[in-house]
Amino acid sequence: MNQGAAGGWEVVIGIETHAQLATQSKIFSGASIAFGAEPNVQACAVDLALPGVLPVLNRGAVECAIRFGLAVGAEVAAHSVFARKNYFYPDLPKGYQISQFEEPVVKGGQLTIRVGEGDKATEKTIRLTRAHLEEDAGKSLHEDFHGKTGIDLNRAGTPLLEIVSEPDLSSSAEAVAYARALHALVRWIGICDGNMQEGSFRCDANVSVRRPGAPLGTRREIKNLNSFRFLQQAIDYEVRWQIETLEDGGRIQQATVLFDPDSGETRTMRTKEDAHDYRYFPDPDLLPLVIGSDWIERVRGEMPELPDAKRARFMADYGLSAYDATTLTASLEVANYYEAAVAAAGAAAAKPCANWVMVDLAARINREGIDFAAAPVSAQQLGRLVARIVDNTISNNIAKKVFEAIWAGEGGSGEDAADRIIEAQGLKQITDTGAIEALIDGVLAANPAMVAEFRAGKEKAFNALVGQAMKATKGKANPQQVNQLLRSKLQ
Amino acid sequence: MIELSLKELAAGLAAREFSSVELTQAYLDRIARLNPQYNAFITVDPEKSLAQARAADARRASGESAPLLGVPLAQKDIFCAKGWRTTCASRMLENFVSPYDATVIERFDAAGAVNLGKTNMDEFAMGSSNETSYYGAVKNPWDPARVPGGSSGGSAAAVAARLAPAATGTDTGGSIRQPAALCNLTGIKPTYGVVSRWGMIAFASSLDQAGPMARSAEDCAILLNAMAGFDPRDSTSLERPVEDYTRLLAAPAADLPLAGLRIGLPREFFGEAERSGCDARVMQLVDEAIAAYRALGAETVEVSLPAMKLAVPAYYVIAPAEASSNLSRFDGVRYGHRAAEYGDLDDMYAKTRAQGFGAEVKRRILIGTYVLSHGYYDAYYRQAQRIRRLIAEDFAAAFRQCDVIMGPTSPGTAFRLGEKAADPVQMYLSDIYTIAVNLAGLPGMSVPCGLADGLPAGLQLIGNYFGEARLLEVAHRYQQASAWHRQRPAALAD
Repeated sequence: MNQGAAGGWEVVIGIETHAQLATQSKIFSGASIAFGAEPNVQACAVDLALPGVLPVLNRGAVECAIRFGLAVGAEVAAHSVFARKNYFYPDLPKGYQISQFEEPVVKGGQLTIRVGEGDKATEKTIRLTRAHLEEDAGKSLHEDFHGKTGIDLNRAGTPLLEIVSEPDLSSSAEAVAYARALHALVRWIGICDGNMQEGSFRCDANVSVRRPGAPLGTRREIKNLNSFRFLQQAIDYEVRWQIETLEDGGRIQQATVLFDPDSGETRTMRTKEDAHDYRYFPDPDLLPLVIGSDWIERVRGEMPELPDAKRARFMADYGLSAYDATTLTASLEVANYYEAAVAAAGAAAAKPCANWVMVDLAARINREGIDFAAAPVSAQQLGRLVARIVDNTISNNIAKKVFEAIWAGEGGSGEDAADRIIEAQGLKQITDTGAIEALIDGVLAANPAMVAEFRAGKEKAFNALVGQAMKATKGKANPQQVNQLLRSKLQ
Repeated sequence: MIELSLKELAAGLAAREFSSVELTQAYLDRIARLNPQYNAFITVDPEKSLAQARAADARRASGESAPLLGVPLAQKDIFCAKGWRTTCASRMLENFVSPYDATVIERFDAAGAVNLGKTNMDEFAMGSSNETSYYGAVKNPWDPARVPGGSSGGSAAAVAARLAPAATGTDTGGSIRQPAALCNLTGIKPTYGVVSRWGMIAFASSLDQAGPMARSAEDCAILLNAMAGFDPRDSTSLERPVEDYTRLLAAPAADLPLAGLRIGLPREFFGEAERSGCDARVMQLVDEAIAAYRALGAETVEVSLPAMKLAVPAYYVIAPAEASSNLSRFDGVRYGHRAAEYGDLDDMYAKTRAQGFGAEVKRRILIGTYVLSHGYYDAYYRQAQRIRRLIAEDFAAAFRQCDVIMGPTSPGTAFRLGEKAADPVQMYLSDIYTIAVNLAGLPGMSVPCGLADGLPAGLQLIGNYFGEARLLEVAHRYQQASAWHRQRPAALAD
């Protein structure tokens, strides 16, 4: 089913994503948007919708929308309009949400997704319909109030970018790939922290099924999915449910549904019949949003290189595989770290740098549960360490020890931490052939039994002799060299 | 003291002929004595007013001097004033004490003016007679059996009854100009965006504009200097260089002080057939005022505003649409009235709003909700916005032929209390001459131009965008040559 067609059915999915914008203050007021404050301490007169207050648009939020529009190759509208979406709810203080309706700030655009792992991954381009700016509502708190409802308006007025895709996704796997790609992109361009637990990035999925070639089926919208796993589970359940309903002769009613992670099921929240009439109209308190080309060009000049471009460049300039390039461009932090490491190590070390970043460093970072930016081994330190492997100063094994030592703070915080540790601990690789030959002669003389075993055809004995030779040099001899010399001496 | 103009009050205060405390106390005494007759004020708080007066006297003592330092003014109860009950004449906000100041209030505070109290008005500024107030109708000092006009009727009655030297008003469809006309005052609604709407409780955001109501154009100019100015808290506020609105008033009076002024007389007001839309006695006074302008050197040209006839229907789509949304925040959740007993959430909303709003407010919420509804939006709201553009284009064309447009402010003089209360359409037609000005966002004034059977009539002056200073000058020259604005209600107690 994840591959799309499910028993002669075609799955059609479109996703609406609410990305909370990483501004300092709210979209129409000066109150802070920091997460986790005591209820209602971050709600000013505007957020409380006191009589007589007025909204003033936060330019930072507009700038986020421009960045996004440029990142997805969309049209950044020269003229867009804020509209009021009217409905009553206790956590909606004004009785309307300020959003954009007929004229959004971002029109069109596209996002490339990769479905599947490694070499089997396939690319697909998903079209975007639009992205528009709007304010978030507050929160209704139903616990701890003895049957009453508490209202926390800290979140009211938080800036959101609602990103709407075309119904181009045909499986839950594609939906997750899309959500992940979008999540990576908004973090990459610095407009959203992507924290899904705190609700900074949440998805609604519009799901329908049809027979191939048939017109679009009736869709149901699954609201507020705040993890990739829930997105997958909810769509899988919904698709199964819709197919079963139709195969049983039933009809799908347009509806908004909620996903219950405990039961793994979706349940209807409201149907089209009881849908609100939001009575959208242009907000007379706000002028149309006019974005001049000079503003767009300034933002374009400040944009980081985008993931796809960087990925292509890593493959072309550094000779990385598609898989490595994809992994190293999963986030801007990783990509920046990698590039800084390569800059310190030299372009010739690009491939070993990639391995070190993706394997050794990534493993260590995951174990500690920290970010790349917070790693105690800086990109420059790692690059200089990898350079020492490449120029044969140390072996890869010794390098792992040195890496741990840098991580532990030995060698100081300078870029030359690796060199200091190699020097201080005498870890420099022995490459002098004469010295290694002398060493091997000693090992052969001391282990006549092993030599005899090898000569009798036991290859394992050879490895044991290598081990002895390495032990004698405390690992500092070049392993390839030891191998080579030992074999020639035994022949 | 109570007959002194703002300029004279400033001079008296500067010369220490009286202190702000004495002046404020004199007005407070008058309010205490006469307000029960007129119901012009919803809230007076003598302690607060006198504290401001003392502060003004202290500023004066420390050498400060400013045109409004120590001058008491009445504030329409639509402006949020910190620590003051701010009701908008609604039960919904009966106990709402504002935690913040409107920009207008803040600017008057900075200028050293004293807040005498919050004046009565139509509920949420919806009305033309001041009869929709939850706090009772306001009586016209010229005839207490008649309405003062609305929605700024409390401010108009307060100034006309000499309970305040001047007051603030707001004008969405005529709410400054019509009560000014009915109470023999001078009032100006500036160009939309000149005075900040921050803290002014919204009725129809794209039309609302605050302005002064006083006994002369000169007083209005002094007040507008304090009120106008860019405010970053209001996105529709216009960023323009600071203007001195009194700057054209000081010019020495010549024989023909208005020579070269071209007055546009719209066919839609003055045409043979169209004249009958207005009370003949009022029309007669307007004609006489225009003749007086010719005598001051002005010439008149006929202009046409063909879309004008669509102004009232367009207004009664746009204003209620915006109001229906603006008033959604009064939901009983965070502040204001909440029904004492209710079932579920929807019942709480329904009971709270049924109890908190009066009939006219409910009528407009219903109209506004209807015209914005799915399937009706294009037919009503979008169409009304088109009419709005046509009206603005009409005015633009007219202003290529003239400098100022004149006509009646109101189709009649003050009507009897209750006379139009049962017929909303008749009531809405009270603003037939004023509404188009709001739809176009232009500045408009009303100037007293005579008495018809003892009741005041107003001449309306409409200027081009940002033409306030010129409008005030045109009004001032007329007031230098006439005495209508000096008339005071015959029955008024001293």
